[in-house]
Amino acid sequence: MESVSDDQMLAFYRRLYPFKSIFHWLNQGHAPTRLFTHRELAFTLKGDVYLRYNSFNTTEEFKKQVCLLNPTRFEIGPVYSARPKDKKTVRPAAFKPTLRELVFDIDMTDYDEIRTCCSDAAICSRCWVFISLAVRVLDKAIRTQFGYKHLLWVYSGRRGIHLWISDKEAIELTDDERKAMVGWLTVIAGGKEMHKKVNVRQPNKPLPPSIQAALEPLAETFMDLILEDQDCFESKEGWQELLHLIPDKEIQSDLRERWTKHENSSSEKWADLRAKIKELPKVSSRRTLMSYALEDIVLQYTYPRLDAEVSKHRNHLLKAPFCIHPKTGRVCVPVDPHDIDNFDPEKVPTVGQLLNELDQAGSDEHHADWEKTSLKPYIEMLDRHAAGLMEETRLAVRSGMDMSW
Amino acid sequence: MFSARERVAKLPEVERYSNLKYPYRLNFYDRPPLDDITIEEFETCALDRLRVLAEIESSFVRNRTWDELKNVTQNQSEKYLPLNSRTALTVDRDSERRKDHIGHYVLRLAFCRSEDLRRRFVKAELALFRIRYDTDDADERRDFVSSKDFNWVEVPESEVKQHMSDLIAASSHFKDFDLKKERFFKVKWTRVPDLVEKRKVFLKDGMAYVPQREQSSIIFQEYQKSLEKALELTAKALPRLDEDTRIVPILENLSQGFLAGVSSEWSTGTASTNGEQLTADMIDGIARAHYPMCMRHLHETLRRDKHLKHNGRLQYGLFLKVLGLSIDEAITFWRRSFSKIQEDKFNKEYRYNIRHSYGLEGKRANYAAKSCVQILTAEAPGTGEAHGCPYRHFSEDNLASALISTYSSQGLTTSDLPDIMTAVKSKHYHVACTRVFEITHGRYGVKKGEGIGLGESVTHPNQYAAKSREYEKARMDTMEKASEDVVMSST
Repeated sequence: MESVSDDQMLAFYRRLYPFKSIFHWLNQGHAPTRLFTHRELAFTLKGDVYLRYNSFNTTEEFKKQVCLLNPTRFEIGPVYSARPKDKKTVRPAAFKPTLRELVFDIDMTDYDEIRTCCSDAAICSRCWVFISLAVRVLDKAIRTQFGYKHLLWVYSGRRGIHLWISDKEAIELTDDERKAMVGWLTVIAGGKEMHKKVNVRQPNKPLPPSIQAALEPLAETFMDLILEDQDCFESKEGWQELLHLIPDKEIQSDLRERWTKHENSSSEKWADLRAKIKELPKVSSRRTLMSYALEDIVLQYTYPRLDAEVSKHRNHLLKAPFCIHPKTGRVCVPVDPHDIDNFDPEKVPTVGQLLNELDQAGSDEHHADWEKTSLKPYIEMLDRHAAGLMEETRLAVRSGMDMSW
Repeated sequence: MFSARERVAKLPEVERYSNLKYPYRLNFYDRPPLDDITIEEFETCALDRLRVLAEIESSFVRNRTWDELKNVTQNQSEKYLPLNSRTALTVDRDSERRKDHIGHYVLRLAFCRSEDLRRRFVKAELALFRIRYDTDDADERRDFVSSKDFNWVEVPESEVKQHMSDLIAASSHFKDFDLKKERFFKVKWTRVPDLVEKRKVFLKDGMAYVPQREQSSIIFQEYQKSLEKALELTAKALPRLDEDTRIVPILENLSQGFLAGVSSEWSTGTASTNGEQLTADMIDGIARAHYPMCMRHLHETLRRDKHLKHNGRLQYGLFLKVLGLSIDEAITFWRRSFSKIQEDKFNKEYRYNIRHSYGLEGKRANYAAKSCVQILTAEAPGTGEAHGCPYRHFSEDNLASALISTYSSQGLTTSDLPDIMTAVKSKHYHVACTRVFEITHGRYGVKKGEGIGLGESVTHPNQYAAKSREYEKARMDTMEKASEDVVMSST
């Protein structure tokens, strides 16, 4: 793992960081509006110095300050009712968060209890499958159920992924509404002390439709990911956890006896479990209950695990896209949700690699230097996303004018 | 055409409802009251409503279930703010509804001043509205709902058919769900966030398909939104009203009411609940068994120091008066208590003050005993002073040890402390005091959440002591009765 030097950071900000694209994305238009000028940007400097409530009138001002401070990273906050830099001079009542992209954060650490390949900060291509599955499920749910269109997925630089939703309605959501949406999307609840973490259905009733819809892709992946690749029920702790989730006492004790006697793989255990269910009479409440339990198990091991607190409050800060992760040196690049399965976090360019590419391209500095590096496709992705937003703004302005006409 | 007879027969149907100024029991309060209101009415309407809201709020703090909250609120409403539906033909519904209307608007003025007050007011008002909505006459409620435009679209049958299985699955929390009978309304999901959070609706393209029986969600949300907006507007308009010197003190007073609940009638009246005369000798026993913390502290300070400073004498003396101590006994009590003070000095300096507080000297006013609000908001005790509210004016450590040493004989243990301290930390002092009452009266069968009877919280030290004595008396009576029964059966 390479550490990033100050000089490298500065060179990255001066020559590569796409300030203009970030501005277009946040501002949703060419001329600066409150969406940018009243927006909080928080800088983290070396030695954990945290500078909050910065705001800028233009991209140039923003870039100048970043190059001056050379922060290790910076975060994007809400649009306030006054300029954040004037915070000290306005009444507290006149300084309230008003607008903010709706954000979601999925972090690999929340999967520590189920992934067997790595733990804590480590991530490998095997555990990335959890993330890509989460992205597929959430992306679809948010688009079809909530009807939002402008979703930007951003790799967090190490072990997670962020989602920024910029639809007009989404940025206007109140904290309560955000909380409601998180509630709708949250399935896994309960800490270590809780065995059964999926309690989303009414007693003895089928799953709510939104979760039923998510179950299909999850069940497909469950076989490959949980049973084969992660082999979650191979170890003793693993299969005991599984037994806790089986409501039928008889089956539970049968299986405990069987699995204590001879070791077998996760797939074999799963097959054992299914065979047990098949033995139950076809139309019986025991069988229904067990088939529901199987669904719940699939959900518990595969359903996206959200870091709920990030999404609930407008004033939560979230790291800006294209920042450098200080530990890995990787750029937080946008990710195409349709191509998420082919995304490999280890192939994401690092700052050192990008600067090398620049050296090799060998030219004097001018803007749009990134075009000569492997950062290009990612910045173009953000630009396309921002263009979609700006088009929406243009149409809204025009229809607004029509109405006044 | 119609015969005269037919016309008469038809009339009552219409007239029964329509000649009321307030046709519905429920009110969105979207129009302010426009008639003349006396200043007295202004205050009483608000106070009575506040009594109900304060009880709702303290129910939230004390974690009552919705059903408990509903019962407590209905009891309190019946007492202070009765509101009958159209079936109660003999009642003057208009004046009840007018009172409801005015009270709401006065409290808006009182509670719009800070963000915190606004939030608490909206929460309590919303609960009140929900309770009324739930208990309203079905016909009247339907008419009320149709009198408003909630801007919902009924889902056409073809669309219901298209999403049939999803709608059924989403409605699985209903016991007797029948898709054929149920109508659905489509609204933006942000209008029913509570249903979305619990996944009780079907959601597609940002639209929530709300079954008819969940309509109330939309209505509550609408009420909350409009009330929040109105409060902010009121806050902006308020500075212009500050010029009216009659109204501002009332409003100040009202917004303080939330601090300690609202005082009931305990401030006056010197009735002793037992019917027997209190004497100076009985005070020690009563103090140990029935006093709230503030009075225990005063009493013990008096015993220890053989003296109390002015504010302490005032708070304790008036409490004793309302407790039922006659003037002669009061003088005996204080005389004995101030044992280090010479007869001469006592007569000169203290006797007058005691008689004064009983309305026998000077301007002969009948002073009321201080309520919790007054005790909480009056000057905090300084060095050597013992008045005030221990829940507010003690440090947390001291309060904890004082509670244990004072009430452990009555069943309060260290495991009860966290509960009490949480209330103290969130500045709900009367809630902490009520909780102590519940714990120390557990042996009379008082349960958590019951408060000092019917779920009311403590709003006055005398109310605390009187209720406590009532419980004791009730038990004595049943014991007496039981022993009588034993005697009878043995003969």
